[in-house]
Amino acid sequence: MNIVVCVKRVPDTETKIKIGGAGTKIDPAGVEFIISPFDEFAVEEAIRIKEKLGKGEITILSLGPAEAQAIMRKAYAMGADKGTHLNDATECQDTLAEAQALAAALKGMQFDLLLFGKQAVDYDNGAVGVQVAKLLNIPVVSRIIKLDVADGKATVERESDMGKEIVEVKLPAAFTAEKGLNDPRYPKLMDIMKAKKKPLEEKPAQLDAPKLSIVKLDYPPARPPGKIVGEGEEAVPALVNLLKNEAKAL
Amino acid sequence: MGNNVLIFAEQLGGKFRSVAYEAICQGKKMAQGLGGKAIAVAIGSGVEAVAKDLGQYGADKVIVVDNAKLKDFTVDAYGKAFAEVVSKNDPAVVLLAATFQGKDLGGYASAALGAPLSSDCTEWASQDGGIQVKRPIYAGKAYVTVKFNSQPAVISLRPKVFLPDAPDASKSAEVEKIDLALSDDDFRSVVKEIIAKTAGKIDVTEADIIVSGGRGVKGPEGFAALEELAGLLGAAVGASRTVVDEGWRPHSDQIGQTGKVVSPKLYIACGISGAIQHLAGMRTSKCIVAINKDPEAPIFSTADYGIVGDLFKVVPALTEEIKKTIG
Repeated sequence: MNIVVCVKRVPDTETKIKIGGAGTKIDPAGVEFIISPFDEFAVEEAIRIKEKLGKGEITILSLGPAEAQAIMRKAYAMGADKGTHLNDATECQDTLAEAQALAAALKGMQFDLLLFGKQAVDYDNGAVGVQVAKLLNIPVVSRIIKLDVADGKATVERESDMGKEIVEVKLPAAFTAEKGLNDPRYPKLMDIMKAKKKPLEEKPAQLDAPKLSIVKLDYPPARPPGKIVGEGEEAVPALVNLLKNEAKAL
Repeated sequence: MGNNVLIFAEQLGGKFRSVAYEAICQGKKMAQGLGGKAIAVAIGSGVEAVAKDLGQYGADKVIVVDNAKLKDFTVDAYGKAFAEVVSKNDPAVVLLAATFQGKDLGGYASAALGAPLSSDCTEWASQDGGIQVKRPIYAGKAYVTVKFNSQPAVISLRPKVFLPDAPDASKSAEVEKIDLALSDDDFRSVVKEIIAKTAGKIDVTEADIIVSGGRGVKGPEGFAALEELAGLLGAAVGASRTVVDEGWRPHSDQIGQTGKVVSPKLYIACGISGAIQHLAGMRTSKCIVAINKDPEAPIFSTADYGIVGDLFKVVPALTEEIKKTIG
């Protein structure tokens, strides 16, 4: 059972975002970087599958700058076995270009399962998993909350507009992980030490010229200042009046 | 070089969803700017009959792929149909709503067509003969304006941000039905079962009004007061991450960075402190009301109206007052 998990290095979700000098990138000063949380569910699931089957190999694949390797080592500490870093310092925001670079590397890899997080919490497009699967011509099911593998098939659960779906797909296949799939483990110090010795190969990313470009970054539009209508139940009639007549929300 | 806008007209159970109308209205405006046509694409089973109604929202033409095998959405089968139709129709822009289906389909189309993609856009503009979009990043802590350097471009719009114009009943669209050969290989993922949602339960992404609860609700029983208010308003009940992590409410109700992104007309936040990850999921709501015991709660900086008080007193009082005024 060969599993490849794609992970991305992203700013911590607690980070206060500051727009940098030229207005087209964020200022990295003081920013903590982590494995994108949805990717972490994917790493955890790969490890659980390997533990359940008692065999298999988990490879981490990451497209990003040199610092992505530290993030990959976190996945190693959770239990991944090896990995490939596709070196790209350009902070590419073109998901198609990223997907093409990942797919180019994946073409040379053997896997039964290809796992992604449903979206990277920096650019929030949620596209790369599906794009890579299409480029590799393998089936993909997005936003899974349960994954069972047996006899060359995967049975997954996901929540959609219809309700809860049970989907079956023959392997090899790709999946993107949604919150609720599992609770990722915290690596122990010993695992973190062991992670330093696991093999990590680096290659330049085969990135085509991006087909979109960033014009600028802005802070969110300020909402006009709100008002505290009052305290407790006594304020309720005034609130309802404002909602009906001022906000026209009721 | 194409100048048409190809719009995915999302349907569920043979009926078009409101996001389809939203996308078609915007697609029509984009097409007018580009000097092309707004062509809606309807894929499913039993959609042919209602396809021409999409003209009422501005579709110049509707291309229909209607096949019993396409009753349930899977990205491979719908993707194949969509990509094939789009590639034959001179697309400058491929437009979808950023829903479950739309996000999957947008990614598939992007890869199939070699087209760059921007998902969950909250603004767009015609600029320099093309389209530029603006979209939230870093959970809405910043917005990026993107320009496309190649055609077509795949764009998905955040639901409920672009409200559709009133339908013009005098208009109807030309309908073209395509017979697509679909083999078993196109259905490599098979939907074995759908466990339908609780009847009558409104999804938070569909609702015009959301009553949402956070840690201040203290437990699952506390949600009864919110459910009553929501029932009166025809609203959905949402939840913060804490509430879901505690197991008080299901994950499908979670609003925020690792939950759902919503943009309702009215968002009533009860006992929610307003952490940045929660704001990421609801800050584009048209009107935000906050009810919280703590006057320093960060939510009050984002809310349009606030009441400082005990939600277990304020929420029932709100229900009673609304009954009187609407009743």
